[in-house]
Amino acid sequence: MAGSGTAHLRGDEALLRVEDMVVEFPASGGRRVHAVSGVSFDILPGETLGVVGESGCGKSTTGRAIMQIPRPRSGSVHFDGIELTSLKPEELRRVRQRLQMIFQDPISSLNPRRRVREIVGEPLAIWDREKGEEREKKVREVLEAVGLDYDAAAERRPHEFSGGQCQRISIARALMLDPKLIICDEAVSALDVSVQAQILNLLEDTKHRYGLTLMFIAHDLAVVKNISDRVIVMYLGKLCEVAAPDELFAAPAHPYTAALMASIPVPDPTRGTRKEGGHLEGELPSPTDPPSGCRFRTRCPRATQVCADEEPEMRQVSGDHYVACHHPLQPLVPRQEAAADA
Amino acid sequence: MNAAVERVHGSEPLLEVIDLRTVFRTERGPVPAVDGVSFTLQAGRTLGVVGESGSGKTVLSRSIMGLLPRANVVRTGQVLFEGRDLVTADADELSHIWGAEMGMVFQDPMTSLNPVVRIGRQITESLRHHLHMDKDEARNTAITLLASVGIPEPERRLRQYPFELSGGLRQRVMIAIALACGPKLLLADEPTTALDVTVQAQILDLLQEQQRDRFMAMILVTHDLGVVANRADEIAVMYAGKIVEKAPTRTLFTEMRMPYTEALMRSIPKLEDPSHTVLQAIDGRPPDLAALPPGCRFAARCPYVQEKCLTQEPPLRPADSPGHWFACWFPVGTPEGQAALRRNKEAGSRAAEAAMEAATLTRRSA
Repeated sequence: MAGSGTAHLRGDEALLRVEDMVVEFPASGGRRVHAVSGVSFDILPGETLGVVGESGCGKSTTGRAIMQIPRPRSGSVHFDGIELTSLKPEELRRVRQRLQMIFQDPISSLNPRRRVREIVGEPLAIWDREKGEEREKKVREVLEAVGLDYDAAAERRPHEFSGGQCQRISIARALMLDPKLIICDEAVSALDVSVQAQILNLLEDTKHRYGLTLMFIAHDLAVVKNISDRVIVMYLGKLCEVAAPDELFAAPAHPYTAALMASIPVPDPTRGTRKEGGHLEGELPSPTDPPSGCRFRTRCPRATQVCADEEPEMRQVSGDHYVACHHPLQPLVPRQEAAADA
Repeated sequence: MNAAVERVHGSEPLLEVIDLRTVFRTERGPVPAVDGVSFTLQAGRTLGVVGESGSGKTVLSRSIMGLLPRANVVRTGQVLFEGRDLVTADADELSHIWGAEMGMVFQDPMTSLNPVVRIGRQITESLRHHLHMDKDEARNTAITLLASVGIPEPERRLRQYPFELSGGLRQRVMIAIALACGPKLLLADEPTTALDVTVQAQILDLLQEQQRDRFMAMILVTHDLGVVANRADEIAVMYAGKIVEKAPTRTLFTEMRMPYTEALMRSIPKLEDPSHTVLQAIDGRPPDLAALPPGCRFAARCPYVQEKCLTQEPPLRPADSPGHWFACWFPVGTPEGQAALRRNKEAGSRAAEAAMEAATLTRRSA
């Protein structure tokens, strides 16, 4: 998309509904970095939403803006019946119990001087919940749920654990306050493939066990496809495409999605390097001065004049598949029908 | 021993590594990061070295170059580059080889470039030193080089500093520097790991193209089997400091014998699988190199594990296909392997559990 629009939003039952969210940062010379420019999406309870895109596409900023760190410049973030953008800091703190985050670097996101027992128990200490034996019981239960042995782990410090185990500790900490939504920001990107598979399986199990909703931000398409129920593709602060993963990967409608997929190295020597898909030329334009119209047009093989003049809107491809592109790779549902459908 | 066998086929290899061993002396005792690695590389060919973090793949590439610190590092074995042994070579000899005959591209292009020196001087430095070019000649060559690695406006880039370039452009500059003197061998250590997928594809294409044009041999070190699947002629899989399987690329993917290679393949999420496919993770983690268990180093995580694996270390031995070597007592896709796997399933993987326990004990005592 580099486009806007809200055609892809679903009903009121969503746990999280982000509408037209804009995040900007000041840059030198009075300019602004347009990190996220009018992004809308929603997540239903129990769903895993995958967010993919290259570095600089605004996917992490989107995740953080939902947490209100920093608060978005405009737009709305509606979570579990509450509008977060207008909350006072104290109210926001309360809501964040139900809204947790897991970060990319598992080792640096844990305090190296604390013991695992303290790290995982801290959320309870902050909220003055479950004290003494109760607290130990809860820490034990959650640590075992993420596959760590309480007796072996509780008194140790983060440096004594591998990256995968530290990520398990981070997950345990995020689970302590019984959250509804967990935002995983590149939670498996720093791990080896063998460990990455363990953590992905763990996230999937934990989600079912604790009835969680996940927002899973990653640059690896295969990982996102594996874990998600619905995927949004971002480019330079805008949404390109929204679809269920199987549909998205079988029939990408946005040229950017197709190019991303063609770039993935496949562990299969008989498949070649898939040159026919066309590796993307050039690099991401500067977010301080994004291209007019469709933001992807400067690297898009299908771009025409209309892409420079007009920003594409989200439009329906089929069922739950939406794309913001003037020249999509799949036929769109005509506007009237889409309207009637809705 | 294996090197001796291998020397028979293939005439005059460009690089011959024989029983290379790199041991770090640490407070906790010796850590054999590379433990008896042997392979040969012919001119113009690509060897992919695959392994997880801690498998020794990066130490291997640095040991070949001789780029490790001298203090507390013991390097034995031979690295024969066109017949010259680099392990015993002195600093003066090495400085004639580095850059001129062997180039290296590292993972992080930001920290590998000098941040306070303009791009131009970083490229012309080796041209002037090794090829004795004068200033203008070196500058013109640098412009041609930058253009050949796909950098737009090369003349302007020469005057820029590394921080003014994006990650992808910086990696292209690193490649231009490594290629400047036309080396016969390029060592690329995770050259694309820090980059986005779209840029990764561009850089891998570039490396492949340059390699073909220059008939240069390449060692491509990566943790991603996907990166080497279509780029390497041969792949060596490393685990805990050893090569555990080595084969021509297609053979490795179709006739893998080592359970670790199989497990690694299975743990990768694949785009063609439907979403929510349960991934086959490898339980546990690699052994502590300072306290290695006896027997096979993968035994504690291996679904094929048998008694023998816990006590006797399997040697690297040839498989049916030419050039295919593996180190396993109960290889994948053989009757022994199938029987071992079946026995473990029937026994409720008791052997595996015993192995796990043993591994945990060693870890705790360490």
